[in-house]
Amino acid sequence: MVVTLFIPCFVDMMYPRVGISMVRILERLGHSVRCPESAACCGQPAFNSGYWDEARTVAEKTLQALADSEVVVIASGSCGAMIKKFYLDLFRGTPNERAAADLAGKCYEFSDFLVTRLGVTDLGAHFPAKVTFHDGCHGLRELRIKSQPRKLLEKVRGVQLVEMAEEVCCGFGGTFAAKFPMISTAMGEVKCSHALATGAEYIVSNDSSCLMHIQGLLDRQKSKLKTIHLAEVLATT
Amino acid sequence: MNTSARQFKEQATLLTQDLRHRQLIQTAIGKYEVVRDRVRSRYQDWNAARQAAAEIKWEAVNHLDEHLTRFATQLEARGAKVHWASTGAQAREIITNLLREKQARSIIKSKAMTSEEIHLNAALEQAGFEVVESDLGEFIVQLRKEPPYHIVFPAMHLTRHQISELFTRELGSAPTADPEELTLIARRVLRQKYVRADVGFTGANFAIAETGMISITENEGNARLTAALPQVMVTLLGIEKILPRLEDLALFLPMLATVGAGQGLTCYNSFYGGPRRPGEPDGPEEYHVVLLDNRRTELLADAEQRDSLHCIRCGGCLNVCPIYRNVGGHSYGTTYSGPVGSVITPHLRGLLEWKHLSYASSLCGACTDICPVKIDLHHHLLQNRRNASASKPSRLERLAFKVFAYVINRPGCYALVKKVGRMAQRLHPLVKGSRLDPAYAWTKTRDLPPIAKQTFKEYWSSRK
Repeated sequence: MVVTLFIPCFVDMMYPRVGISMVRILERLGHSVRCPESAACCGQPAFNSGYWDEARTVAEKTLQALADSEVVVIASGSCGAMIKKFYLDLFRGTPNERAAADLAGKCYEFSDFLVTRLGVTDLGAHFPAKVTFHDGCHGLRELRIKSQPRKLLEKVRGVQLVEMAEEVCCGFGGTFAAKFPMISTAMGEVKCSHALATGAEYIVSNDSSCLMHIQGLLDRQKSKLKTIHLAEVLATT
Repeated sequence: MNTSARQFKEQATLLTQDLRHRQLIQTAIGKYEVVRDRVRSRYQDWNAARQAAAEIKWEAVNHLDEHLTRFATQLEARGAKVHWASTGAQAREIITNLLREKQARSIIKSKAMTSEEIHLNAALEQAGFEVVESDLGEFIVQLRKEPPYHIVFPAMHLTRHQISELFTRELGSAPTADPEELTLIARRVLRQKYVRADVGFTGANFAIAETGMISITENEGNARLTAALPQVMVTLLGIEKILPRLEDLALFLPMLATVGAGQGLTCYNSFYGGPRRPGEPDGPEEYHVVLLDNRRTELLADAEQRDSLHCIRCGGCLNVCPIYRNVGGHSYGTTYSGPVGSVITPHLRGLLEWKHLSYASSLCGACTDICPVKIDLHHHLLQNRRNASASKPSRLERLAFKVFAYVINRPGCYALVKKVGRMAQRLHPLVKGSRLDPAYAWTKTRDLPPIAKQTFKEYWSSRK
């Protein structure tokens, strides 16, 4: 299968290892990967701030770049929700309405693609550590991705998964984190305390945007707890 | 920034740093969640129940005019008087005039968020009436001269010690940390008030079109006394409280109790449909029902967000909301707080003044998932943001998104910006976390990862 991998802007800039891990995993599974250069951002920051015209300018470019794909894998639950769900709203009543619906039908968040589309759970990974898993809200509630990453983690040799007491947002929320930093920070502190209470060494997630926020708080607090993307765990051998 | 937005930010800043408040609310809601989930697990199919409830409300709201007419006709046939109020001011006037006409002095009230919405207590007190809240939580916040903290649990933010101090100060009772004793102190005061009250004032949880009755749900029995003892009874309710049929309550009463308080069914569920009839031992001699619009019909006209009128004020979305839990109920400065408040307040009180509440959300969607009547809450916040930006955009923000779009849509330009950013970030440690830091909103409390030595796109082109 030719898999089109969409690497969102912040993963490209700050977390290239997440994208590289995905490429390795997909290639190891025998698929060929393509990454169109002109697909750079899903347009979510402008969309969530209410600037739909500006969001469309960015989203149109990505929509065109991904349109002729056989299947699209998105390296973030949040950007995945934007492309799979919110493009339908964004392009409703525009000439791109049909293209948005077509794209939505062949888009997968990374863990969902492995488990639901490919039916793969064991990637032969080895990661000897106690971990907890953070569900990014967009993946969890817009795309209903909850069991997929856990099925993948279960098959990782040496990993011990301990769930947090509560399924709650980490407080990132895109531009919300900058518009209401005090609320975002408080939510992040609550999240970190839940994670610390599990005794885990790592917070694993399928969304780098949440991890950027959580790791940012942990670093400032000089905590020993670390964050890591699911793809990086799965790429270990 | 407008006054409401500034006040919200100031209060949110205080409350998010108040670790005692955080712990208190976390503990209270933690206990509620355990019982709520236990009761919810008794439903054969909770989501099917939500779907059924949403469909009933859909029917009620989409034929609101017919249902309201039927409700009013039935009530009047039994001798009640129905008043229609387009605005809060009209409702206050109707009620004040009525009380004057009855030469009332003292009013006993059971819990009614609609009365908070129109600031009824302040208006009545200004007109010289004594108003006493009889719901324990409401009684407590009334003594503290503050609005309810939560639409179901008005005094959730207080410890029993604070309540004891309040009672000692305001009622002269002996200090006690025993919740039962505290309840008895309030009860002794309230019993006198019921007997002396000229008018009993209530809200309503549901209005049944088929039978012309209101349904009141409560745990303390205070609404029953409020309705039974005084000579005159007045009920104020929003027009969206309508349910088409009596049998709909078989679904709505347990669902309200489950999400609202983690109960299978609330202790007392009473129906009122008119004044005392010949041969009946108690009840009011006169019964007045005030139906309040107060811009609900504008929400009704909004096809996208009409489902906000489904709200049964269970408070479920407040309880699951991480923003509500961290900023607390008072920071909002609105009658209806939490997600549903952030959705409807811009419609009820003006989009531009209240749009900040729609931005004060991570859009996590926990509210939408819990809502028993399936209001698309977090997506409505997105729509409010879109409407606010369309009607009054921030020039700076719009420019920023235009520049972002320009750069990101041109691969060469984007690559160059990343290179420049990588060089510029070497200087970042000089200002990091200070007011001079362009990323201060982020870096005040959080570290920011650097732009990688090799971005993914650079890696990808190097592979080719």
